[in-house]
Amino acid sequence: MYQLQFDENLCNTCPTGDCLVKCQYMDLDKNEAIAEMVKISKGEDSFVLHDCVTCYGCEEYCKRGNYPFYLITERRQEKGILTTPRAITKQWINIGQPRGKFKTGGIKKKVLSFGFMPELLQLTRGRLFDDVMPSYVFGQEFFCNVVYIHFANTAIIKERLPVVIDNFRKLGVEEVVCMHDECYGAFASLAPAYGMEVPFRPIHYFEYLYNRLKELSKKIRPLNVKVAYQRPCSSRLSSDKHRFVADIMQLIGVGLVERTYQNENALCCGDILGMLTGYDLRYDVQRRNIDDMVEYGAEYCVFNCSACQNALATKVAKRGIKPIHIIDLCRMAIGEK
Amino acid sequence: MSDIRLSLAEIVGEDYVSNREEEAYFYARDPGLMPAHKPDYVIVPKTTEEIQKIVRLANKDKIPIVPMGAGMALTGLIIPLKGGIVIDMKRMNKILEVNEKARYVIVEGGTSHGVLKAYLEKNYPRLRHSIPDAPATATIAANVMIHGQGRLTQQYGFNSDMVTGLEIVLPSGEICKIGSCSISKEWFSKGAPLPDLSGLFLGWFGATGIITKVALKLYPRKKMRDVEIFVTDRDDLVPDIVYELTHTEMAEDIVIFSQPKPLIFKDNHHVTIFITGDTDEELEFKRKMIWDAVDKFIKTKDGGFMWVQPAMKPTLLEMPQRSVSRFADVKKGGGFEYSGPIILVEKYPECSRKVEELSSKYDLGYSGMARIIGRGHCMMYGFAFTFNRADPDMMDRVRKALHEVSDYVLEIGGVFWKATVDEQRLAIERMDPNTRNLMKMIKNNLDPQGIMNPGNWEVN
Repeated sequence: MYQLQFDENLCNTCPTGDCLVKCQYMDLDKNEAIAEMVKISKGEDSFVLHDCVTCYGCEEYCKRGNYPFYLITERRQEKGILTTPRAITKQWINIGQPRGKFKTGGIKKKVLSFGFMPELLQLTRGRLFDDVMPSYVFGQEFFCNVVYIHFANTAIIKERLPVVIDNFRKLGVEEVVCMHDECYGAFASLAPAYGMEVPFRPIHYFEYLYNRLKELSKKIRPLNVKVAYQRPCSSRLSSDKHRFVADIMQLIGVGLVERTYQNENALCCGDILGMLTGYDLRYDVQRRNIDDMVEYGAEYCVFNCSACQNALATKVAKRGIKPIHIIDLCRMAIGEK
Repeated sequence: MSDIRLSLAEIVGEDYVSNREEEAYFYARDPGLMPAHKPDYVIVPKTTEEIQKIVRLANKDKIPIVPMGAGMALTGLIIPLKGGIVIDMKRMNKILEVNEKARYVIVEGGTSHGVLKAYLEKNYPRLRHSIPDAPATATIAANVMIHGQGRLTQQYGFNSDMVTGLEIVLPSGEICKIGSCSISKEWFSKGAPLPDLSGLFLGWFGATGIITKVALKLYPRKKMRDVEIFVTDRDDLVPDIVYELTHTEMAEDIVIFSQPKPLIFKDNHHVTIFITGDTDEELEFKRKMIWDAVDKFIKTKDGGFMWVQPAMKPTLLEMPQRSVSRFADVKKGGGFEYSGPIILVEKYPECSRKVEELSSKYDLGYSGMARIIGRGHCMMYGFAFTFNRADPDMMDRVRKALHEVSDYVLEIGGVFWKATVDEQRLAIERMDPNTRNLMKMIKNNLDPQGIMNPGNWEVN
């Protein structure tokens, strides 16, 4: 069975306790943060195991290469501490169950991975993707299953992710362009954290987009708009790729508003908070987030994750901000939208 | 018999009467599982006067009469069990009057829900009626005749509770007005403050008269509508969840379903809550009230609100919902039938387990669906099975499962809704003798020759 490679000593000697000190949803000082993480590491109970809202932020805040959120998830599962209601967890586990209905395009050495988000097939059109498409995979057989860390269930990931990796291996692909952060996080963060071997190179689609835009630079017409970026929770699993947001915006002549809730300080889209905790936190987080976008004069709200877009698109639109996926924004810049 | 066809043709014209085999074939059945039986004649009248003449003719010659809306009940209520004349009401489809300020509409007896919905949306966008989830061709008169339910049933009760007046052609051929319209030109009440005579006709499946006009309450139509789905894996908690939700008085409609397919629905109970509002603020206020009402179940992890994908919403918000038709084709071959007893909400867990048990016993695809009636006063629980019409064995297994449902429903204190003739018989047998006698008196006095939809409510 796969074991999380977590180093308790790194926590014991941590100079900052950033993993929990920086948490947006709990209030801990440095000493409390370190003490609680050590307790969690030792398998003891901690209020953190009960209060964490699964924003994934601590995976980014920890600069020492440990895996605080994966550990919290492991311990929750060991202790039977539920995050979401059982019915919701069951539902999501059912949704991700492989059922032999996957689709693949003309598979090449490089392939786009859509997980099982059908809307991605609509997004990945035009010049930006014509060097890869129609090489794609879609369906539960290629779904990374990382979402189950929201549901305190690493067992299902350990069961399914190796099969997913093997499904890619059977296709003989060398590079997988992950069209969602969780997909990339699965292969670049979670699999290594559990000692799973990944026989292909995962590429974050931001990196792919950035390189592709550079190739198409002659087609770019600066958009000259101000945007707020809605950073998804799963982006915390690949925080080294977050810089591409600014790089891409610069390439296409878009100004990122310098708002309160950005980068490390970004707020969750809120939908998972509703499932976990009920109405109030979700409402409060969404309100603060959108107020912030309005206050800093964003004309567009740029989404990376379809789930965030589903959660916030209508709400930002009602406040006069146009919702748009980052791929569509890039396509606008090369005159395709 | 050809003399009768000629007599009928004199009443409605040659084009609107038939005794041809091909028409008899279709009018011999409904989309459910009940055995077919052909009528001798099919007639499609245009006016109340024509219906009067048909009824008088039938009375004279003791010919059975079966009034028919769209024939969507699935339980065989319009199958002419003893032959005779099927009166298809579809040509009587006029909307006669809308009283906007008093919020009621008067329609002819063959007017469909779809026609009324479209008419109101176009001409009275601030008004709506309680549309059922039957196909849009289902008629308003037939729906209230079977005590149907609709989108506003959780707030205002059975659709028949929303009736504000009736015009009936009695078995004698006389026209009788029921409610305020009997002494006033206004159709605002089916009974109060007079003796409420609507009960002589509603729920009788046409065995005491034919509805030629019906007035129905209309309600405010809000500009916005949304849906939330609260999910739990504990059937025993559903009655408590419904109790909390109905206490808020914020929901437009509450429907609960459980089904094994698609996988997203497996092993859970889905309390679907519809909310409406004229402004974002109103909608959000109601949403918060709804969420807060069931917060204790979220905190104990016994239930939570699922993420309703935007792609799912149009299907859920559609009125009527066509997803019911899709369910009918799960097994391919388009067969679907359900038994939908009216029963206490506290019986939800038993009903839910029973539909699962029967599905397993008879190897059938199933769906359990409950619509809350009133503020949790009772519910319609649908034991629904899907089947392939080209598979007689599967159809037989569905019949057996539904038969077991009938026995079970009575056992746990339920009452059949739009009962099949067999269920009507069971109900009559179990009924308090004095109630049965009262029904007998009513039937015998109104229809002494027993020509009205014979086979149904045979209290004699």
